[in-house]
Amino acid sequence: MKVSRRIFIKIGGITMLALAVKPAIDVLGRFNPAVASTTGKVLEGKRWAMAVDLKACSVNEGCTDCIDACHLIHNVPDFNNPKDEIKWVWTVPHEEAFHGQEHEFIAEDLKGGPTLVLCNHCDNPPCARVCPTQATWKREDGIVMIDYHRCIGCRYCMAACPYGSRSFNWRDPRPFIDKINPDFPTRTRGVVEKCNFCAERLAVGLPPACVEACPEKALFFGDLEDADSAVRETLREHYAVQRKPGLGTKPEVYYIV
Amino acid sequence: MYDANKIIPGIIIFFCLITFPIWYSVASGSADYVPEPEIITAEEQCVEPAHYMRDNHTDLLDEWRESVVRGGTRIYVASDGQKYDMSLTRTCMSCHSNKAQFCDQCHNYVGVKPDCWSCHNLPEEE
Repeated sequence: MKVSRRIFIKIGGITMLALAVKPAIDVLGRFNPAVASTTGKVLEGKRWAMAVDLKACSVNEGCTDCIDACHLIHNVPDFNNPKDEIKWVWTVPHEEAFHGQEHEFIAEDLKGGPTLVLCNHCDNPPCARVCPTQATWKREDGIVMIDYHRCIGCRYCMAACPYGSRSFNWRDPRPFIDKINPDFPTRTRGVVEKCNFCAERLAVGLPPACVEACPEKALFFGDLEDADSAVRETLREHYAVQRKPGLGTKPEVYYIV
Repeated sequence: MYDANKIIPGIIIFFCLITFPIWYSVASGSADYVPEPEIITAEEQCVEPAHYMRDNHTDLLDEWRESVVRGGTRIYVASDGQKYDMSLTRTCMSCHSNKAQFCDQCHNYVGVKPDCWSCHNLPEEE
């Protein structure tokens, strides 16, 4: 067969096009729906969020039930040293949590009082944008996750997060965990970690551990896209603020004052 | 060839030296060593047939990791239709709870050091 120049160029063009499309097909064909299908009870949402009722939270002075529950199930180590500290959910003085919104005459019961803070699971997360390995990213349901397999410990995300929600493992955390929960992995030296909105619990139909542990029911969790969710209901009834809203991160943890 | 009487014995000695690890292990019998991972479970089959697992457990675990962490899907449907929780600690290690006699046998033999266990938990030793 004699291949004319015209046909040769046509075949060449089609081949180039096919080669260009192949990587896209490889990526799309990766997750075979026949292999992975969900069964059982799962809490699914489109935009998970939390609301903290500050008044209810301050009723039990010195209560750390939510922090204890979270840190216990997620194998968060206690180094007893603020420089190495790992925290998923913790408290800061009220004025520190709402920096820029404080004034001289803050309500007595809130003034200087401990305010519960955690990862805000921002709608526009700066941490995810700066991560060079895409180890941290925003899931479809709004949870800002960390893939510890992929984290290289560069700490760009820690610099980017305006809420200080991320902690770095300077040391091997294992010896500093009182009782390891075998169902949740620990972390290793050299990775950044933070709250994951209990993604592993949502996957089996359970609410976040802190919400469940709160004796005052001061924490509300739910899907913002669902008008009947607990979080939407409270937000409808109460005036709520966010931390550092002016930064444009669109935090998804709301505070009822 | 100049100095053939030096170069040829030199080459022979050189080859003897660089092949030392090969003929030494043959001579000492350690080349015959075959790792024998011990299976202690009463289950009939792993999530996939044994020959598939032997060849592809690394890819399968990688797929599981990708699926759970990045994709949010935690149920694995095996080729025989059985469903499994994609969990290293809970699914794999519940049968292969003897890491030292199972995983480490081949891993030590081929000199690989998977760092799974720096984060993932081993079930408590019985």
